Amino acid sequence: MRTLYFLLRKEFKQIFRNKALLPMIFIAPLIQLLILPLAADYEVKNINISIIDNDHSAYSRKLLKDITASGYFKAVGYGNSFQAAFRQIEQDQADLILEIPAGFEKNLVNEGAQSLFIAVNAINGSKATLGASYLRRVVEDFNAGIRLSWMPAGNDQQVGNDQQAVIETVSSNWYNPFLNYRFFMVPGILVTLVTMICVYMCALNIVKEKEIGTIEQINVTPVKKHLFILGKLIPFWIIGLFVFTVGLFGIGRLVYGIVPQGNLLLLYGFLSLYLVALLGIGLLISTYAETQQQAMSVAFFFMMIFMLMSGLFTSVDSMPAWAKFLANCNPVTHFIKVMRMVLLKGSGFADIQFPMLMMVGFAIFFNTWAILNYKKTV
Amino acid sequence: MKQFTSFVRKEFYHVFRDPKSLLILFGMPITLIVLFGFALTNEIKNARIVVCDYARDAASQQIISRLSVSNNFSIHQSIMSHEELESSFKSGNIQLAIVIPAHFNDDLLHLKHAQLQIIADASDPNTATTLTSYAQSVINSYQQELRSYHKSGLQIIPEIRMLYNPELKGATNFVPGVMALVLLLVCVLMTSVSIVREKELGTMELLLVSPFNPMMVIVAKAVPYFVLSLLNLALIVLLSVGLLGMPFQGSVLLLFAVSSLFIITALSLGLLISNSTSSQQTAMLISLMGMLIPTMMFTGFLFPLENMPVALQVIANAVPSKWYYSIVKSIMIKGLGFSAIWKETLILLGMTIFLLTISFKKFKTRLA
Repeated sequence: MRTLYFLLRKEFKQIFRNKALLPMIFIAPLIQLLILPLAADYEVKNINISIIDNDHSAYSRKLLKDITASGYFKAVGYGNSFQAAFRQIEQDQADLILEIPAGFEKNLVNEGAQSLFIAVNAINGSKATLGASYLRRVVEDFNAGIRLSWMPAGNDQQVGNDQQAVIETVSSNWYNPFLNYRFFMVPGILVTLVTMICVYMCALNIVKEKEIGTIEQINVTPVKKHLFILGKLIPFWIIGLFVFTVGLFGIGRLVYGIVPQGNLLLLYGFLSLYLVALLGIGLLISTYAETQQQAMSVAFFFMMIFMLMSGLFTSVDSMPAWAKFLANCNPVTHFIKVMRMVLLKGSGFADIQFPMLMMVGFAIFFNTWAILNYKKTV
Repeated sequence: MKQFTSFVRKEFYHVFRDPKSLLILFGMPITLIVLFGFALTNEIKNARIVVCDYARDAASQQIISRLSVSNNFSIHQSIMSHEELESSFKSGNIQLAIVIPAHFNDDLLHLKHAQLQIIADASDPNTATTLTSYAQSVINSYQQELRSYHKSGLQIIPEIRMLYNPELKGATNFVPGVMALVLLLVCVLMTSVSIVREKELGTMELLLVSPFNPMMVIVAKAVPYFVLSLLNLALIVLLSVGLLGMPFQGSVLLLFAVSSLFIITALSLGLLISNSTSSQQTAMLISLMGMLIPTMMFTGFLFPLENMPVALQVIANAVPSKWYYSIVKSIMIKGLGFSAIWKETLILLGMTIFLLTISFKKFKTRLA
């Protein structure tokens, strides 16, 4: 026990005396947590629309007014030439082109039907779909308005209702009624920051001793293998807990106003397990790597995949089956999910039993592998 | 010149004799292309929804069958009580619930007015809004059908054409982003670490006392990563065209020319980091913590830049990958020529000159 205490003291001194490293551990993640959620907003708004009006009639003007009044669209061009509008799309100044053909009003009234041409920049497919469907909705509303105005005279409100059965849909958004995207992103980003710190720091720390040669000195001391490993893991476990706490309360609660709905004890219990699993991964990488550059490359490679597959940015449910399986083998996925469930929805122990079990599995698996692979002999 | 080539040879040996570092050089782009091409999508498919059908009549059956046909949804189960609804949301089993009240069909036929409730799990706001609007459009189309007897002419038919990406593939958006990300990270990380490593191990001293110009030592370090990055780029382009079926509209030569510039920008950024730090650990943490997430965010391929607060949009302008991303989109997907990208190219050039000037100013030929 005394040995462990001295080892821990050595590690903490090493960390706190490295003036370049300290801000990277404590300040950089918090600044990122402050800034990044502001950037991660997926809502589609401010769609730039370029309008070509070849009709210049009362109807076309009314339609244009409806479009700009809808709040989704910003008119960035208004002209007669498709070429000019298309150039705006090429230069990314416009996302959508709406072309109203000549004779729009006349044909609509006389022939009873008229088409409109809409071209969408679909490089970003999901944004294009949403933009097109917003525009279609505006056009539909406009169309309904016209029809109403052409109804036979004497047709008052009641008769109008009589013809059309209306299904009114009421939608409610539970757990996040104002659809604040930050509530969704902050827990996820916090998880990735804690993950990155723990895995990198842990992986690099041991390899550094290898590279500089100081590990030889430890190898020839009577310090036991498990004590040495514990001495390396515990400091990062504590740093992980600390950064997480500051991020959750200092930034999540105070800056973004995220009030944890669920049991914090449960969350911290899960976090402790998660950190053990993560440190196991860091340790495993360090047992295989010889130089810091190698350790970093390998750690970075896996972190990248872990982060992308974790459901932080894109939904896990939309993945194909094989990818969903991979995502389930990723500890980060489970923790992000649990964070969101416990923090936002107040889920209890029964709801997170499965991820909890998986995490115990991960922790045992990675740490056993790492310890088996770590040799005190050269 | 002979000195220079032998230095470059030395650096190539450094890279190739370290297979674990090659993993990040070539394994990462391949993995990213595969993941983004096949696994990651912004679309929402197979969302698990439940229907609380208190009505159990013809109209509610109609709506349920329409919902189950849509491949955006998979109807998970039917629940009959609000308590069950709450616990299903909490366990994360469902993302959306549709509640159809009793006497739905009667209300619709006789009162001409019926209500439906859509409840979404808005802890994921993006999914919630998208699913709600999907569900709403399914219900709307049902309603349209009910009304179709009363059609009064005066119909506007919008014809929608999706430019550049008619199949709405996610890859079209992601591949240029992955290119920017991989090139930037590989160059910044690898150069900064490999220079600092020589400092840390003390071999830098040997290089600096050699008769070779110390500045050239640094340039020689950058050469292998420049060559490897170009190879990487070729690999990504080949994979995205061959494996993902992406179009390549513009000039290949132009893409490679501009990419070379971008790689040099990234290399000079790596140089700057290595000149300002003395330990590998710090260099790595700066390149990773300081670069990875901001690059992912501010390049604009994951989150639309125009939604960000103005201050962040200004910051995003300082991220080189943002400009490169826009260039790649213009060349590869839109097939535009140099006239469309000269502005972005000029900005990248300016950044490169700026970064190089600072890092050469900071470069010391003396140790400590």
